[in-house]
Amino acid sequence: MKLFILTFLNGLTLAALYFLVASGFTLVFGLMRNVNLAHGSLYLLGGYIGYDVGQLTGNWFFGVAAGTLAMAVAGVLLQVLVFRWMEGQELRQTLVTIGISIVAADLMLAVWSGNTYQFSPPDWLIGTTQLPIVLAHKSDGTAVLLPYPTYRLFLLAAGLVIGIGLWLFINKTRIGMMIRAGVDDRGMLDASGINVHVVFAIVFAIGAGLAGFAGVVGGTALSIAPGEDVRYLLASLVVVIVGGLGSVTGAALGALIIGLSEQFGLAYFPTYGIVLTFVIMVAALAFRPQGLMGRARA
Amino acid sequence: MTEAATSATTANAPEAIPMAIIGHLIAAVLLLAFPLVATDFFTFQIGAYTLIMGTISLSLMLIAGYGGMVTLAQMSVAGLAGYMIAIFGTSAGGTALGWPWFLAIPAAVIIGTLFNVTTGFLAIRTEGIFTIVITLAIATALYYFAQQNYDIFNGHSGFASVAPAHVLWVDWRAPKPFYFLALAVAALSYTGVLYLTRTPFGLAMQAIRDNARRMEAIGFNVPAHRIAAYAVAGLIASVAGVLLVWFDGGISPGSISVDRAIKVLIIAVIGGMRHPAGPFLGAILFVLLQNFAIDFVNPERFNTYIGLAFLIVVLASPDGLLGLLAKLGRSAPAAKSLP
Repeated sequence: MKLFILTFLNGLTLAALYFLVASGFTLVFGLMRNVNLAHGSLYLLGGYIGYDVGQLTGNWFFGVAAGTLAMAVAGVLLQVLVFRWMEGQELRQTLVTIGISIVAADLMLAVWSGNTYQFSPPDWLIGTTQLPIVLAHKSDGTAVLLPYPTYRLFLLAAGLVIGIGLWLFINKTRIGMMIRAGVDDRGMLDASGINVHVVFAIVFAIGAGLAGFAGVVGGTALSIAPGEDVRYLLASLVVVIVGGLGSVTGAALGALIIGLSEQFGLAYFPTYGIVLTFVIMVAALAFRPQGLMGRARA
Repeated sequence: MTEAATSATTANAPEAIPMAIIGHLIAAVLLLAFPLVATDFFTFQIGAYTLIMGTISLSLMLIAGYGGMVTLAQMSVAGLAGYMIAIFGTSAGGTALGWPWFLAIPAAVIIGTLFNVTTGFLAIRTEGIFTIVITLAIATALYYFAQQNYDIFNGHSGFASVAPAHVLWVDWRAPKPFYFLALAVAALSYTGVLYLTRTPFGLAMQAIRDNARRMEAIGFNVPAHRIAAYAVAGLIASVAGVLLVWFDGGISPGSISVDRAIKVLIIAVIGGMRHPAGPFLGAILFVLLQNFAIDFVNPERFNTYIGLAFLIVVLASPDGLLGLLAKLGRSAPAAKSLP
């Protein structure tokens, strides 16, 4: 029972992290039809920058802010300097993101070497919190509560807050309305007098910023090292394949399914864990190629 | 996606046949004479490796250039076949079954081919860029599975001491025999692909690439053609994968990493996807850079250079080296370049 609850909680926190990474990926795709295969690189670079700033200033929150902002700027630069010049050429854009991810991975290896970095979050985030889940009762009747790492609870909360924030932003604000209109019909949005390129840049900034944020926050939960870029790129890919490319709700649902299945796979049949994730992806493709929340495209 | 569907190009322009024959003859003579003049290092590390990587890239080019579906799973197919050689045949590290070569090789090739057919079944449910996403996910999943799984794939360490059997009293891993083995496989695959593109199947394939909907309306079975393309590409990649595991002398998850899967794409794109010769041209440049970049640039930054070269090709010359050559001379374009 304890294993089950712990696995469930671990799955939830992993899902929160996957959601943070994949929501940016899917947001960018939804509007710009740009499969940004350099999204994992943004995650890792955000993590490294966050680590450096955190060490330099001694404040972990500055690190989070720096990683997020730096990647948001990087995202705008990518959009303005690269992708804007090849709009509509989806395959070419994707190939360019592959090239960027290769170069970025190698340059990051040059700057930060192959070491594994561990963040130092503030003290109140380290340690464990007693969850109101009774595991057993001692002989004197006091309940033994389930301890759980505080930081992972923080991660879960961050995922929830960002998810809700993103939903409000897309569904309740004017810019969100423009984004939704752009997803449906880019040409029409352009024709109604809205500067599409500004909308594109904003979306890319949010998408990349979320990747950078996830890099610091997720890197703190686990660690950051070369190869993490590919890991989170794969996670994003599978999450959006299951959830539906272009849908933030789909990303949340996909992240939940993949995060839970990965942790349960790891806990109950360790050497075949990845197979479970894969089977889910195949099932999604077989029965709903556009993903759970995706819309079929002509 | 839309671009590939709407812009129909001439599939098989009439070729200047004498020129093509002369070019192929020159290439054949050079390739056959190469090990006679080259050192063992050049024969094995450069020559054979180029031919193997070129063949794997050729299998990608077959799907991407003639089929219009960019897949990233070809290295996984080759790697899986290599793993099967290590598992069915003799190897050190994990549990090997010790089958003789004439059983192990067909088994490995069949499993590799079936894997690509399965990949095809999944990938053709989507179009355009989604194919990249799906196949990349499949490639990464196989990589992590091989790394996690100790029962079959022997996890992180993989298998060592994989070598071809001594057949007909020849040590097939000695530089010259191995080079000719790789050359035979490459030449067969190359001519096979070239032949295939002129068959009714190959022409239908290219027509599907140019306009799938129209072909479907005429009555062609579009999914079947696409899966058949995956099957042929799977066969080519599997055979090349058997050679690759012999070349490396072993296999581990690193052999099928995402990095390597993408390098297969890089080779094809740098070489050009208009003609089956492109992947081999790309492989020559790639292998030479990999081995000799050490002499004029910082060898540790090889990936940066190859990544930049890839970016430049994608941004500036979508037809790769072939496109450059075509500008110098005039060669007939067969397959369509990437948009």
